[in-house]
Amino acid sequence: MDKEVRFSDDALQLVNRITSRYPEGKQKSAILPVLHIAQAEFDGWLPVPVMDYVAGLLRMQTIEVYEVASFYSMFNLKPVGKCLIEVCHTGPCWLSGSDGLLSYIEKKIGIKPGETSPDGMFTLKTVECLASCGTAPMMQIGEKYHERLTDEKCGEILDACRENGERVTHWSVKRIQNDKA
Amino acid sequence: MSVKLLFEHLDKPGIRNLEGYRSHGGYQTLEKALRTLKPDDITGEVKKSGLRGRGGAGFPTGMKWGFLAKPEGVPRYLVCNADESEPGTFKDRYLMEHIPHLLIEGMAISSFALGAETSYIYIRGEMMYVYHILQAAIDEAYANNLLGSNIMGSGFSLDLHVHCGAGAYICGEETALLESLEGKRGNPRIKPPFPAVKGLWGCPTVVNNVETISAVVPIVRDGGDAYARIGIGRSTGTKLISASGHINNPGVYEIELGLPVEEFIYSEQWCGGITKGKKLKAVVAGGSSVPVLPAELILKTAAGEPRLMTYESLSDGGFETGTMLGSGGFIVMDEDTSIVKNLWNFTRFYHHESCGQCSPCREGTGWMEKVLHKILAGKGTRADIDLLWDIQKNIEGKTICPLGEAAAWPVAAAIRHFRAEFEELTSQITEPAGQV
Ligand SMILES: Cc1cc2nc3c(=O)[nH]c(=O)nc-3n(C[C@H](O)[C@H](O)[C@H](O)COP(=O)(O)O)c2cc1C
Ligand code: SF4
Ligand code: FES
Repeated sequence: MDKEVRFSDDALQLVNRITSRYPEGKQKSAILPVLHIAQAEFDGWLPVPVMDYVAGLLRMQTIEVYEVASFYSMFNLKPVGKCLIEVCHTGPCWLSGSDGLLSYIEKKIGIKPGETSPDGMFTLKTVECLASCGTAPMMQIGEKYHERLTDEKCGEILDACRENGERVTHWSVKRIQNDKA
Repeated sequence: MSVKLLFEHLDKPGIRNLEGYRSHGGYQTLEKALRTLKPDDITGEVKKSGLRGRGGAGFPTGMKWGFLAKPEGVPRYLVCNADESEPGTFKDRYLMEHIPHLLIEGMAISSFALGAETSYIYIRGEMMYVYHILQAAIDEAYANNLLGSNIMGSGFSLDLHVHCGAGAYICGEETALLESLEGKRGNPRIKPPFPAVKGLWGCPTVVNNVETISAVVPIVRDGGDAYARIGIGRSTGTKLISASGHINNPGVYEIELGLPVEEFIYSEQWCGGITKGKKLKAVVAGGSSVPVLPAELILKTAAGEPRLMTYESLSDGGFETGTMLGSGGFIVMDEDTSIVKNLWNFTRFYHHESCGQCSPCREGTGWMEKVLHKILAGKGTRADIDLLWDIQKNIEGKTICPLGEAAAWPVAAAIRHFRAEFEELTSQITEPAGQV
């Protein structure tokens, strides 16, 4: 990474707000929210220098941060496309057509789960039950749940993502600006 | 007729905001609790209500609260389990998204009862947008002296925080959840000590599900006895059921415990029958971890009694012919569904979600997934069915947390009730098992 690893002022303010929710000396509890914020601040994934920076912020050993980052499925340890498409493929979604949805997406953008499109726009990922089984099949992009999907509806959503061209993360940059206070 | 306690005002405009929630009696129960009741009175009402944990295990809530250790000078914590990751379960998300103040009011009343001055809601990270809904509602409550110091002048103070996870089914297990909330990997702890004695940061802690804590509001409002009059026997009150799969009206329903399963599946008021007029094949009644039952056994018990939506009726017959109410994740499968493929899907899920601490769970789930995959690929033998049976037997009871059993039970039930389907897939092949 060439640029200096540092959170924006908004993000730093938000991190302070979050760490104050845990007792004195227990600021390490904030690691999950702070890593989400880190992904929003640094292109949707967690390079080692970013994890080291977070370790410094929360006064943790770097190894503790790596351990946590590698345990939870929402943390990306490799670069991802601007738009991470997370398709649920667990039982109830499968009963309601997630296989068909996945193959539609695979065909439309030409990548398989785990891959990123050559233009860096999309990464496709299968995920486990997102508590949306009654509105299956579904996918998540950023914080948004897209439910009761048909091929057509899904196609429109992906086209809109491409047109918009902005990076989408679970904890969005916009949320960081709103929530800092 | 149906009783609605949690969802009574769900369709009222603005119910998501404080103003809307208050205009339908919101926070009046908190006021009643703080002004007229002592903490132990509230625990007493919860005991009388017969409320059982809605997270899956069905443990009596009042009794759990009674176990909370209260050493002098040590903080106590209430942690709400909003990790909702059990496949087939989506009621907590629905409740929090639509009526967040109900959970917040429940947290405030329950924290007062337990003597907790700081409480947390642990919500799974994927539900980030709900996290922000809850945070906004909490901010509203603080701004109106419904949280924070000296709530409504009662002298009781509470800090309530929402905390987000980051994707791990195992963090729904209460001790893994506490590890995660402490900023670590979600590895379940060996019990004892139980959280009631040593929980969050080593302090006495109660962990309860979103629906459990929300139910405390109507219990304290109407009294435990009134709540206990709803439902049947030891299954008191109402239950949120998440209905999915091959039904005409999937969604979240609040039912009075005791509703016949057949009525729930076929009535227009509820699931509305099987899609495309197909026949019912099987149901997983309480989230992916509970045993699957074939149509005849979900509609009627082995003794021929109508099966009811209660803890007791659903488990009638034990695992031989019964199942569990579990989290209320009601997954319906029509006649065209491959039980073996569905089982493989669930087994892959458990393999993916095993935290890896115990070898029977870590290795067993992976092995079962591979054997099922082989059977589905048409390369399995009859002996593979017995192998699957052996593996699941060797997980049960040999692990730190119940995820091991949650992975084993569905395998056992599928073989028990649908052996013919496994045999069909392996009928051409007779070589010995073992090669995966
Ligand atoms: C693997 C596993 C996953 C679980 N997931 C959840 C969950 O997502 N939500 C929940 O409330 N309870 C879950 N539980 C149950 C909790 O450990 C705990 O029993 C529950 O939160 C207690 O609350 P209750 O008594 O109000 O039900 C899970 C248990 C296990 C073993
Ligand atoms: S049973 Fe599985 S999930 Fe539970 S502690 Fe052991 S390895 Fe982890
Ligand atoms: S199975 Fe896909 S959301 Fe539950």
